Amino acid sequence: MNLGKKRRRAVVDRSLCVACGCCVKVCPIQAIGIMRGIAAQVNPEKCVGCCKCARGCPASVIEMQEVEG
Amino acid sequence: MKKRWYDYLWVVSLLYLLLGFFNILFAWLGLLCFFIPLVISVAGGTKGYCNRYCGRGQLFGLLGGSFGLSRKKDIPRWMKSKVFRYGFLLFFLAMFFLMLWNTYLVFAGAQNLQQVVTLLWSFKLPWHWAYHGTVFSPGVAQFAFGFYSVMLTSTILGLVTMVLFKPRSWCVYCPMGTMTQLICQVKHGNRP
Repeated sequence: MNLGKKRRRAVVDRSLCVACGCCVKVCPIQAIGIMRGIAAQVNPEKCVGCCKCARGCPASVIEMQEVEG
Repeated sequence: MKKRWYDYLWVVSLLYLLLGFFNILFAWLGLLCFFIPLVISVAGGTKGYCNRYCGRGQLFGLLGGSFGLSRKKDIPRWMKSKVFRYGFLLFFLAMFFLMLWNTYLVFAGAQNLQQVVTLLWSFKLPWHWAYHGTVFSPGVAQFAFGFYSVMLTSTILGLVTMVLFKPRSWCVYCPMGTMTQLICQVKHGNRP
């Protein structure tokens, strides 16, 4: 049921991601992974927007965005 | 989160740096940090080494994170640009081949063994106390001095950026990380 609530989720700037995996280590619910050694990818269904990946990213290429849901 | 055996590889990285103070020939072990990431990326098509097994990254994470030795500020934009990352990789490779050339000259007898560790490709530190002779050619020791210089220099750069920016800032411009990411991109055709 969509009540029009807004929630945050992590979004990766793939063009600048170095695929180091720091975000994977800090995510408490394994909602982010490194795909094919190229860049990080967030599972939008799982991400709860806790911001740990954004804080842990050494390149600061993950930002939190508000989405409907 | 449950710790795995590979979460303690920072101990190996620390031990490696310490061993170089006692016997420079241990520097040869550092080749593992070059070949393992390459093998994983070429054969497996992943950055599994960076993601799991890099003890150096863990060491920076520990010192900058748990020990609080990092300002935890954003790294400047130019440092994460492709121009800088690829440029640093090329510079690093050029210095690496220069080191191999010097090793060759000692092997060939055209140059004497230099018992020094060169920091930041410029500053020569006497390091004779860590050399106790070798049963092989002096070239074997020359490679060890050269390779240890590379490892110590990159550790110092990593420590500086750890303090100035986020703990694992080194990962952003690490030449091995850049190289393995490039290999993965070529292998997968840059598909997401």
